[in-house]
Amino acid sequence: MNPEPEQPNHDEARRTFLKQSSLLTALAFTPGPVLQAAAAEIDEKVAAVFEKIPVRLDINGHKHKLSIEPRTTLLDLLREQLGLTGTKKGCDYGQCGACTVHIDGKRVNSCLTFAVMQEGKEITTIEGLAKGDDLHPMQEAFIKHDGFQCGYCTPGQIMSAVACVREGHAGSEDEIREFMSGNICRCGAYSNIVAAIQEVKGGGQKV
Amino acid sequence: MNQFQYMRPTKQKAAIDALAKDPNAKIIAGGTNLIDLMKRGVMTPLKLIDINKLPLNKIEHEGNSTRIGALALNGAVAEDKLVLEKQPLLAQALNAGASAQLRNMATVGGNMLQRTRCHYFYDTALPCNKREPGSGCGALEGYNRMHAIFGFSDKCIAVHPSDMSVALVALDATVLVSGPKGDRRIPFAEFHRLPGDTPQQDTNLAQGELVTAVEIPDAAFTKHVHYLKVRERASYAFALVSVAAALSIDNNTIKDARLAMGGVAHKPWRLTEAEKALIGKPATEETFRQAAEVAMRGAKAFKYNAYKLKLAPNSIVQALKTAAAVA
Repeated sequence: MNPEPEQPNHDEARRTFLKQSSLLTALAFTPGPVLQAAAAEIDEKVAAVFEKIPVRLDINGHKHKLSIEPRTTLLDLLREQLGLTGTKKGCDYGQCGACTVHIDGKRVNSCLTFAVMQEGKEITTIEGLAKGDDLHPMQEAFIKHDGFQCGYCTPGQIMSAVACVREGHAGSEDEIREFMSGNICRCGAYSNIVAAIQEVKGGGQKV
Repeated sequence: MNQFQYMRPTKQKAAIDALAKDPNAKIIAGGTNLIDLMKRGVMTPLKLIDINKLPLNKIEHEGNSTRIGALALNGAVAEDKLVLEKQPLLAQALNAGASAQLRNMATVGGNMLQRTRCHYFYDTALPCNKREPGSGCGALEGYNRMHAIFGFSDKCIAVHPSDMSVALVALDATVLVSGPKGDRRIPFAEFHRLPGDTPQQDTNLAQGELVTAVEIPDAAFTKHVHYLKVRERASYAFALVSVAAALSIDNNTIKDARLAMGGVAHKPWRLTEAEKALIGKPATEETFRQAAEVAMRGAKAFKYNAYKLKLAPNSIVQALKTAAAVA
């Protein structure tokens, strides 16, 4: 029996607090009318060093109007300002693939692009893959085939795997390994990841 | 990361004007190399000119050449029907580079303008004449196993990391640039430069010039081509040595040949003398071996990269054999 049934898990409480406080920060950054007016002018105008730039993004189907410092990467925007901590920061230099998200349907490393550069784009993160409680077929397959151990690289692996199948690069084990080479798994779950991708590809479901 | 001003022009002229008047301004397109370098403090531009709204991403065939816009993505070019049909060597080289995610971000212009991956360039605690002119070359007497065997100077022994550029120099491509003084065309072999006394300059682009496209002439190199990349793991690593090989073979005689190497010099290394050694000869391993010998003339190794003196000629032979489909 759980001795403290009413107590929330401490880690969960911490994470929720962090998310709430970053959400407040994000709200505080919501651009005023002046900045919004400036959005149209970014064309010939140079944004000053400290100036936050208005950016519109569609993230997992939700439209966001944000105000972002130019040096904020898309990864940091997702994690620190929007509380979407499913996308992981591994190396932060585009070498590990843990930060993989989809921009307008294409997989990219979110650590190597500035959020302001993605004005008007549609972003899908691992949080946007499931339909409510129904997991995406690739998420199901990763669970079934034990495609992870510690789980840190998993969101990036799954986002990359979905794109790999959509692109038509999951035709053989060799092709999968080549086109998944941008996602490193230090636990070494590669063979199970390949099996998961092959199952989804073989199943022929829409991914 | 240092703070910077940001602008996103929609007119090419606005981008060129901004670039020409500010030596601390940098163009950003895919960002995969620049953002990496900015995070490490290796590059610290004070203004970024985001050119992604410029209409420079078309891939088209005009007259006798394929023209690829500077903003065309590496992944899109590698899978483009026209490129696969007319220039399959380029598609192979692009697919050998980086990862699927990076190829979806990196542009053609950015690929040719990427900086060296020399560890001394990347580590701001160490001397590097390319990063900080006059500070010395750490690699010269240091751990230089990734470094050049051709065309280096006592100021810099770094190599150019691009795979795409090795194919483009072999295919006689031309770089189209636009600047404050108008447009000009630079043969690909003259686009990158050797380090000499000014290794801080990777290319012959002038201040304010923007790469707008690359043009590749049609040629008979559609069947017998191969891009061989030798690296320390099966995928997703920079080349120790790479070879772009293209042959035109008629009745087992080599009619025309193109050969270039990557990972061996400060620029993609075209092997014109070795090409001459191939033309008119039978497509056999012996011919390839002789050409490789010619290609290696003048090569010189440092303490930790002597393996390249053997790896490079063997890679040339292997690439030519695969291109020619000689067992």
